[in-house]
Amino acid sequence: MHQNYGFRLFKVDHNSRHAAPRRRGRRAPVSWDQGLSGRVGVRQPVLRKKRRRRRRRRRRMEVVVFVFSLLDCCALIFLSVYFIITLSDLECDYINARSCCSKLNKWVIPELIGHAIVTVLMLISLHWFIFLLNLPVATWNIYRFIMVPSGNMGVFDPTEIHNRGQLKSHMKEAMIKLGFHLLCFFMYLYSMILALIND
Amino acid sequence: MSAPAGSPRPAASARIPPRLGGAGASGAAAPAGPGPAPPQQNGPAQNQMQFPSGYGLHPQNYIAPSGHYAQGPGKMTSLPLDSQRGDYYSGLYTVPTQNVVTPNTAGQQPGAQQMYGRVLPAPHMAGSALGSFPGATSSASHVHMSASVNHHNSPAVGAANSSVASQGFPSTCGHYAMSTVSNAAYPRVSYSSPPAGDPYGQQMFTSQNAPPVRPIRDNSFSGQNTAISHPSPLPPPPPQQYHQEQSLSGYSTLSWSASGLPSTQDNLLRNHTGSLATANNNPTSPVADSLSSSVMQNVQPPVSSPVVSTVLSGASSARTPAAACHPAEPAASVTQPSELFQQKGMQYGDYVNNQASSAPTPLSSTSDDEEEEEEDEEAGVDSSSTTSSASPGPNSYDALEGGSYPDMLSSSASSPAPDPAPESDPTSAPAPAAPQPSKVAKPFGYGYPALQPGYQNAAAPPGSGPPSASPVYSGFQQYAQQYPGLNQLSSGLGGLSLQSAPQPESLRPVNLTQDRNVLPVTPVWAPVPNLNLDLRKLNCSPDSFRCTLTSIPQTQALLNKAKLPLGLLLHPFRDLTQLPVITSNTIVRCRSCRTYINPFVSFIDQRRWKCNLCYRVNDVPEEFMYNPLTRSYGEPHKRPEVQNSTVEFIASSDYMLRPPQPAVYLFVLDVSHNAVEAGYLTILCQSLLENLDKLPGDSRTRIGFLTFDSTIHFYDLQEGLSQPQMLIVSEIDDVFLPTPDSLLVNLHESKELIKDLLNALPTMFTNTRETHSALGPALQAAFKLMSPTGGRVSVFQTQLPSLGAGLLQSREDPNQRSSTKVVQHLGPATDFYKKLALDCSGQQTAVDLFLLSSQYSDLASLACMSKYSAGCIYYYPSFHCTHNPSQAEKLQKDLRRYLTRKIGFEAVMRIRCTKGLSMHTFHGNFFVRSTDLLSLANINPDAGFAVQLSIEESLTDTSLVCFQTALLYTSSKGERRIRVHTLCLPVVSSLADVYAGVDVQAAICLLANMAVDRSVSSSLSDARDALVNAVVDSLSAYGSTISNLQHSALIAPSSLKLFPLYVLALLKQKAFRTGTSTRLDDRVYAMCQIKCQPLVHLMKMIHPNLYRIDRLTDEGAIHVNDRVVPQPPLQKLSAEKLTREGAFLMDCGSVFYIWIGKSCDNNFIEDVLGCPNFASIPQKMTHLPELDTLSSERARSFITWLRDNRPLSPVLHVVKDESPAKTEFFQHLIEDRTEAAFSYYEFLLHIQQQICK
Repeated sequence: MHQNYGFRLFKVDHNSRHAAPRRRGRRAPVSWDQGLSGRVGVRQPVLRKKRRRRRRRRRRMEVVVFVFSLLDCCALIFLSVYFIITLSDLECDYINARSCCSKLNKWVIPELIGHAIVTVLMLISLHWFIFLLNLPVATWNIYRFIMVPSGNMGVFDPTEIHNRGQLKSHMKEAMIKLGFHLLCFFMYLYSMILALIND
Repeated sequence: MSAPAGSPRPAASARIPPRLGGAGASGAAAPAGPGPAPPQQNGPAQNQMQFPSGYGLHPQNYIAPSGHYAQGPGKMTSLPLDSQRGDYYSGLYTVPTQNVVTPNTAGQQPGAQQMYGRVLPAPHMAGSALGSFPGATSSASHVHMSASVNHHNSPAVGAANSSVASQGFPSTCGHYAMSTVSNAAYPRVSYSSPPAGDPYGQQMFTSQNAPPVRPIRDNSFSGQNTAISHPSPLPPPPPQQYHQEQSLSGYSTLSWSASGLPSTQDNLLRNHTGSLATANNNPTSPVADSLSSSVMQNVQPPVSSPVVSTVLSGASSARTPAAACHPAEPAASVTQPSELFQQKGMQYGDYVNNQASSAPTPLSSTSDDEEEEEEDEEAGVDSSSTTSSASPGPNSYDALEGGSYPDMLSSSASSPAPDPAPESDPTSAPAPAAPQPSKVAKPFGYGYPALQPGYQNAAAPPGSGPPSASPVYSGFQQYAQQYPGLNQLSSGLGGLSLQSAPQPESLRPVNLTQDRNVLPVTPVWAPVPNLNLDLRKLNCSPDSFRCTLTSIPQTQALLNKAKLPLGLLLHPFRDLTQLPVITSNTIVRCRSCRTYINPFVSFIDQRRWKCNLCYRVNDVPEEFMYNPLTRSYGEPHKRPEVQNSTVEFIASSDYMLRPPQPAVYLFVLDVSHNAVEAGYLTILCQSLLENLDKLPGDSRTRIGFLTFDSTIHFYDLQEGLSQPQMLIVSEIDDVFLPTPDSLLVNLHESKELIKDLLNALPTMFTNTRETHSALGPALQAAFKLMSPTGGRVSVFQTQLPSLGAGLLQSREDPNQRSSTKVVQHLGPATDFYKKLALDCSGQQTAVDLFLLSSQYSDLASLACMSKYSAGCIYYYPSFHCTHNPSQAEKLQKDLRRYLTRKIGFEAVMRIRCTKGLSMHTFHGNFFVRSTDLLSLANINPDAGFAVQLSIEESLTDTSLVCFQTALLYTSSKGERRIRVHTLCLPVVSSLADVYAGVDVQAAICLLANMAVDRSVSSSLSDARDALVNAVVDSLSAYGSTISNLQHSALIAPSSLKLFPLYVLALLKQKAFRTGTSTRLDDRVYAMCQIKCQPLVHLMKMIHPNLYRIDRLTDEGAIHVNDRVVPQPPLQKLSAEKLTREGAFLMDCGSVFYIWIGKSCDNNFIEDVLGCPNFASIPQKMTHLPELDTLSSERARSFITWLRDNRPLSPVLHVVKDESPAKTEFFQHLIEDRTEAAFSYYEFLLHIQQQICK
């Protein structure tokens, strides 16, 4: 686990530095109690066992987290591709703006939720780097959703999508997201494999 | 074919002999052949536009020659190399003359050398042919022609000349033989041409009128068609005659260019070009490869012209008046051949430079003079050939501009180098098409400053009947003058070109801070695009179709530099007094981009045309060959589609998704207490009763009524009922139709019932106590009612909808009305109305909204139902039928217009533009269904649209861009029709030219549209800043192009001098003003109007017209329908223009104000207003009494005339100087200072400050 170079930073982080102190903080009373009540000699093996168990559980959790993230990321990738295809269909005149926008608006909230879940999951599982990576995108998703004017029919408004280059900017956004999700995909994949190996 | 070849050659031969000898001559001749092609192209384009006549035959002939070409090319190339100079000359000279002939030359070339020795007469033939053709040749060719003519004449001058001539002739003879052998058709052409040539030339000489010429040509062509004609032509007229003819032709051409007659020539040219193109393709000429053909083409026309000019300069002095007629004299040419060469070389160099600067071309690669010459020749060939074949687009454009080319000479003179290109033979045809286009574009770009002179020539000559030559001369002079400036021009620096060339009026710098009277006394007209006369005539009326820049910048970078908005303003369904309606089974359209055939396409030959938007070459369908107007066959160029830029087609069933719908009208009326109190029902029902028979429609017309308060009332008007039945649906959460069939009834079958209902309606609800309004559910019901057919829903609403779906809350804070900070709630509060509108639009239903409210009704939300369903919006603030009679009158008048005006159903409008341009934002009431398709459930004649454009690809390879709107609709009679407008604009490459072509009114209207978008999507203050910045940016950008910039002065080009004034007017418009108390609904309504009004009406709204009417005289009056309408001068919108002694009329578009000064002449008050004195004028006066006095008659006829010019009859208010209503009047005086806004002068200072920052 410690020898994974790519993500050593955060792995090291949460396992040894951040995670440990926290856990200590949270369970400090217990362990201190134990430590106080037990003898010093006895304490170490018990701690080692517990630590090992904890570590194993943590690793298992990690695997679960990354497997889930991976699946979620796959879904987001497919969603991005779907966005791109639909938008380019609109660009090429294969579908009209109304149906295009109603199709896409349907998926804006699922996308937002899907991405928010991963982000929160990363926060919970204390993968700081991945969390920070996801945060701006998640924020943008939410911002975009909140900032839709009251008269509009959603993030994609059929009456405005052809104006002021909106179609192009939507397209660009979908492309960027696709790239981002692909990056995340491989990151999760790598992390998942590492977690599996270490398990 | 032979004939054409001959013609080019003779010229070439004449020149060549002195220098190179026979071989050289032959070689030259060959190139010459191709050379002519380019000029032809120019001509053809024009012809295509205008004259479809007989040319079609030629193409076939040409094709045959192409085969010859293939053989020839090798020889051709070798020949030219040997006698490079000769070729060069010949090419140059021949090109012009040969225009018609060129294709032939290619065929001839192979045998040309041999031919030389043989036949002298042949050349004559050629000459004759040329003569006949010359008329046909385009203006660009004209110059050449003159040159060639000179050569022919030259024989007399010197022995050398004669020998040359003879050589040239033989060659031509050879061509002839070749041609005959190869194609029967070729001989035909030549033959026919000679005979034609004589008459033609004569005609030209005598009358110079184009019309006579045409028929002749046509005849000759027809003759060509017949096999018999071929042999006959062979007997060539005596050489002298030929010369004469040629000279004549040259002459004629000159006259032509001047007069703008060129149509026939153009046609010929087209055909030739087309043939050439084919020919080019077949033969691969190494030369062509070496040189990029593209350059050549462009160059050619200019080159030829420069040569001519030089010749002229020499010859003119030598010659006599007769010579003067033919500007280019042979003697001069003969004597100066060497000089010419040198000149050419020089020119060439210049040219290269120019090109290098303007666009990269192969020419630049050439180092040696000789090489250059060769290249030139090749290039010329290439250009000619390429234009026809490879790059149809550019060619066509060139052709289109052909008229301009001659003009261009002066401008192009600077870039004479291109001349060599014209020389190039058709053999070089294979050259890449792409490069050519770029060159083609250049001449135009160059031309701009220079162009003007050319234009003058072209334009002026027609007016001045007598000397055809005169225009040419002027051109020459210009040429000489401009020559030095060429490099500068080519360098592409607008500023330089500006200085070097005479400035057009539109570029005259105006010091805004010092010039107090920028506003002209006559109405501002749309600027005319800088096109040649023919195109100008054909171009779409500015009333229907305008562009903010009448000269399109070549690149987006240039556009960005100019800081001006680029866009179109459309009024596509305008009421037209004259509209060609075309019924045909096949509507000719481009197969790839679906553009409708229009006057700006080019006919490559009689069977094919090149799309002017995507440059695809399409076949001309058989049916199109027949011209129903003239009942003649084989004249696709004369079809009305190609003669008019605004046409209407009756579409076949291919253009229907379903059978054309009947006219269906549904009236949705608010009958709550508020509405009944306002009393609009009486007016509406009265108007409907009056106009029931005038409702547009046929026997299928259907009509229905629906009223609502807190419930929805349907009216069963089924035929056979004794009286209308009212069906009440109180379930507003889930509306249903009580009876699906009998609510919309046939107007004619149930007329009595409908009349009963209309009579009963106003009194039915007088005692209602229902104050709620369930507009949303009523609209849903209307939608359900209309969705099977589509049609028009007219909604009358008097308050905020307060029940059911789509209910709205009051969002306006009255205390914020005059806020200078933030104006909120400009956008809709709910998407209900938008969704509903989109649903309606999908079912071809438009919703028109009449909002007659006394308090806030959230127009911003309600307007959505009309905005996206292509409806229209009428707003009558504080409407009350008795308390506010002026509004009541306005409603009455508006309704009359509304009910009886034309209407189109289930319409779509598509806007297409030349490749490289793209549309990105649309303004107006519609739904954008796909990138360029506007879905319009209804279209009415009062709807205007705006489109923003961007330049995605550089336009360097074209010199013209076109825009086409096609409006497909179902008329009220159930016909499917397509109305097509096509606009053609030049492309320019310098900043100065862009500024010269600004249409300031269009720019303001587009800016206003953009500002509305901005204020809704961002904020009002943003929009205001953007408006000010638009002025600051454009003026500072212009300032940077002026070298002698005075920082103390605010300089604007004359074309933009009204820009700051109009922007200030916009800032003081209800839609954008701050600081002055403005109700939200008023503001939103003004925004809606900006979005959907056509330009003419919008301009009046933005900047009203002020006239002084107490002293109307008949001076400058116009006569309309036997009435004398005085035309008082426009006054500045400033209180300084108002005097207490006067009476003023302000025309605000939808309102007229007559302001009466306190000490106004009592005679006027008595005569016009019918009151004894000022004090007795009533406070609310909305009519001028019909008094039998002269001044009253004048005033009334003037006001009536103003009224007749607009669809919605404005209401007249007489405002006394001291009445409270005068604030209404004074707020329109936009040049004055108000407590919250700048005066005009302050605004100028503010701009200046911003610029200096």
